[in-house]
Amino acid sequence: MSAHSEASHGTMGQLMIGFALAAILSIIPFALVMMETDIAPTTLVAIIMGLGAVQIVVHLVYFLHLKSSTEEGWTLAATVLAVVIVAIVLAGSLWVMHNMNANMMPMSEGNMIMDPEATPGASMSGTHEGHN
Amino acid sequence: MTMLDTPLTGRVEGPQGPDHHPDHHHASPTPIGFWIYLMSDCIIFASLFAAYAVLGNNFAGGPGPKDLFEPGFVLAETALLLISSVTFGVAMLKADKHDMDATTMWLVITGLFGAGFIGMELYEFNHLIHIGAGPDRSGFLSAFFLLVGTHGLHVTFGLVWLCVMIAQIRMKGMIPANMQRLATLSMFWHFLDLVWIGVFSFVYLVRLI
Repeated sequence: MSAHSEASHGTMGQLMIGFALAAILSIIPFALVMMETDIAPTTLVAIIMGLGAVQIVVHLVYFLHLKSSTEEGWTLAATVLAVVIVAIVLAGSLWVMHNMNANMMPMSEGNMIMDPEATPGASMSGTHEGHN
Repeated sequence: MTMLDTPLTGRVEGPQGPDHHPDHHHASPTPIGFWIYLMSDCIIFASLFAAYAVLGNNFAGGPGPKDLFEPGFVLAETALLLISSVTFGVAMLKADKHDMDATTMWLVITGLFGAGFIGMELYEFNHLIHIGAGPDRSGFLSAFFLLVGTHGLHVTFGLVWLCVMIAQIRMKGMIPANMQRLATLSMFWHFLDLVWIGVFSFVYLVRLI
């Protein structure tokens, strides 16, 4: 492998390092779930999501060859912007919907199942009932 | 300097040949433009992930993740997509060497793994609908089908693009335009594998604990 080909699509070595890392980072969470370990569920969720985040970085570096120098940094800037928006959309949705659910009038499980409108957005029909 | 190095896409020759714009770093606006498209796609997926996160527990008395998801099946899908990503990487290394036959061969292998992934996903969707766990069953299943289906559609269109790409390479050879198309498709393909990490972690595994 010549030195300058490293800048374009990497080398076979880089590709194989990326493959090995990605494979390990995929197999660990599957193994943890399939072996039904004694780890606490919340810890396990954190481990799985953490390993997923690490694997995304591995893919960006070894497969997509993302570097701070690519296109004078504009590629990285676009990526950081996307990550920020993704974080706002995910965290914001969960936060808002959790808040809405927490502020609903108490509803029994039976009520929720009986009312077909309650399925897609249980909180919506909850608001309706809350006003009655 | 005979080539302009853009790490994301590989070497792209300047429009007027070597040394035309020696101080200009943008051989072509395509790589950064396509990357911005991918980032906007990322935001579409984020909103679908958010919908799944919000609706994920609305079972409406129907089946839940533990009744429906099989980790071994998802692991096989993950393996197919990851291997297809690596074989595309090999195809790009062959394309760097302007080896047309090897590039075609590795692209075909990539396509086969991609088709295997889509085949498994279609089997899963068909099975779920067949046992009465279709997208109309509950909010959880609506969000599941929407998110995983959108990813599957992307892979399907990636496969169509891959077939067109192979035809273009066979007809025109490893010309600069084809190298650029190949580099762009490579970004798209690796990006879909990246989104799948989120899918298998957040949609399947976390719900099976």
